[in-house]
Amino acid sequence: MSEMHATAAIAPDATATTRTKATTAVEMVGVNKWYGEFHVLRDINLKVLTGERIVVCGPSGSGKSTMIRCINRLEEHQKGQIIVEGTELTNDLKRIDEIRREVGMVFQHFNLFPHLTILQNLTLAPIWVRKMPKKKAEEVAMHYLKRVKIPEQANKFPGQLSGGQQQRVAIARALCMNPRIMLFDEPTSALDPEMIKEVLDVMVGLAEEGMTMICVTHEMGFARQVADRVIFMDAGQIIEQNEPHEFFTNPQHERTKLFLSQILK
Amino acid sequence: MSDLQAQTDLFFVRRELATQEAPPAMTVGPAAWVKRNLFSTPGNSILTIIGIALIVLIVPPIINWAFINAVWTGTDRTACIAEGSGACWAFVKAEFAQFIYGRYPDAERWRVNVMFALLLLGLVPMSIPSAPFKRLNVLYLFIVFPVVSYYLLTGGFGLSVVETPLWGGLMLTVVVSYVGIVFSLPAGILLALGRRSAMPAVRFVCTAFIEIVRGIPLITVLFMSSVMLPLFLPQGVNFDKLLRALIGVALFASVYMAETVRGGMQAVPKGQYEGAKAVGLSYWPMMRLIILPQALKLVIPGIVGIFIALFKDTSLVYIIGLFDLLGIVRTNFADPNWASPETPATGLVFAAAVYWVFCFAMSRYSQYVERRLNTGRKR
Repeated sequence: MSEMHATAAIAPDATATTRTKATTAVEMVGVNKWYGEFHVLRDINLKVLTGERIVVCGPSGSGKSTMIRCINRLEEHQKGQIIVEGTELTNDLKRIDEIRREVGMVFQHFNLFPHLTILQNLTLAPIWVRKMPKKKAEEVAMHYLKRVKIPEQANKFPGQLSGGQQQRVAIARALCMNPRIMLFDEPTSALDPEMIKEVLDVMVGLAEEGMTMICVTHEMGFARQVADRVIFMDAGQIIEQNEPHEFFTNPQHERTKLFLSQILK
Repeated sequence: MSDLQAQTDLFFVRRELATQEAPPAMTVGPAAWVKRNLFSTPGNSILTIIGIALIVLIVPPIINWAFINAVWTGTDRTACIAEGSGACWAFVKAEFAQFIYGRYPDAERWRVNVMFALLLLGLVPMSIPSAPFKRLNVLYLFIVFPVVSYYLLTGGFGLSVVETPLWGGLMLTVVVSYVGIVFSLPAGILLALGRRSAMPAVRFVCTAFIEIVRGIPLITVLFMSSVMLPLFLPQGVNFDKLLRALIGVALFASVYMAETVRGGMQAVPKGQYEGAKAVGLSYWPMMRLIILPQALKLVIPGIVGIFIALFKDTSLVYIIGLFDLLGIVRTNFADPNWASPETPATGLVFAAAVYWVFCFAMSRYSQYVERRLNTGRKR
């Protein structure tokens, strides 16, 4: 594993560039956001290429969740540009819906719909948003449920599943929309330790298939294994970014060094 | 440390199983139940004795009045004026048809019966969860039934016209409360959505409407609709009095419904909105498929509470000269044929019993629905 990353270290973007035609999936230019007086995001500049896997880390309150939630407009930015798959995010509701269709998101607390069965959770958006026939949507849903290894739970309700299973359903739900980008907002933070691996395994599988992924996570093992780039944020700013091997072995900024020394024992 | 070890057994293995024994006396059986529930403490014993005394004091006279001394047969007041006679049920029996139909013409009363039958035809399958065609059923109850009933009761399909001032009794109560319920649920949901809208103008209008109507008593709304509304209408334009009452009741119920529904929407976690948005649902599908089903489920007790209050509040239409069940019962108190000391009490008890049956049924059904919807979604 370290060998693979050692070669990649020469040119951080090289792997992404060679894998696809280097189209831009997400571009953030000078993005700023305030909650009232509080400046949560400060001058964020980030370009994510199609097929790239980005891991965002940083202390809590550093704005990392806010940043990725801006990408599908769950949070509104007040200054700067966010361009997703060539479409700029503005107040235009149509555009926002268009972008959300192409961007899947997985939340810390799963946010499954408790009044619907697992299968209904998965088929709802394809049927209502993509106008897919019910039969076809159910086929797609079962395909992804098999992929996250819980097809036998299809007719249960979310409340009857374990946290790890619920999170895998949440990933499958996002995949059913056939998104071009996947956002993960601390997907394993609310899970019991023994369930983290089953969720990470699914995410690693996705990464290996070339899905464009932006993950806010504290799973440094995951970052080492699959990330093309690791981004470290603090106080609403991007402090440092690098390919994982360099990032972990040779951090430059004092703040990064401190953070890493605290989480890597 | 060594002291502690000396006092405890470090090592234990059970050699023979403990046998099952009967529980100690006075912990099971009726005597134990009485002791635990009625005489557990001195204070509770006193309350129990007071309670029994009240029952002894109150219940026999009621039974005497309602059944033993009651007058069951008779053709006019003479039967009921005898010294010591109880409830005058003969009065209720004689005027029963009027209590149900009001002054609706005798020859046309079958139309009201058909209306009741059509209502049951919609309500019964609706309240049985396993009955099919729920969507059509809702459509029937909310659109087909009200429209058909309108023509059936007022005249239409070649039927003779029956003016609304002739309507009355239980039939009027059912009509007013049904219209209130059918109108207030969708209107209340829309108002609740409006009050939580991101659009300032919509939010302002809905909030203002809700707060204004909610701040006025229903009696005032009814008075205004019957007394003041005609002042603003051009000469010759005359609104039907019943229609005015219906509008008043419906608007009034809507704002309460709006606040209840809004409470439910606030109780739905923010994550549900985000989850729905993240899969690409736009506003209306998100509300219809994700938020409202959960919000309404949370406030079923509140919604049914409004229905029950509405059903009883319809008796206020008496104030503008419409005779609903209570109103028609009260007008009969003055009937010289039946005037007796026991007539008012009997009539009121009868009216109360009818209201109670309807409201209790609604209440029990809402509890049943709550229990049913709770299965499978415990978190």
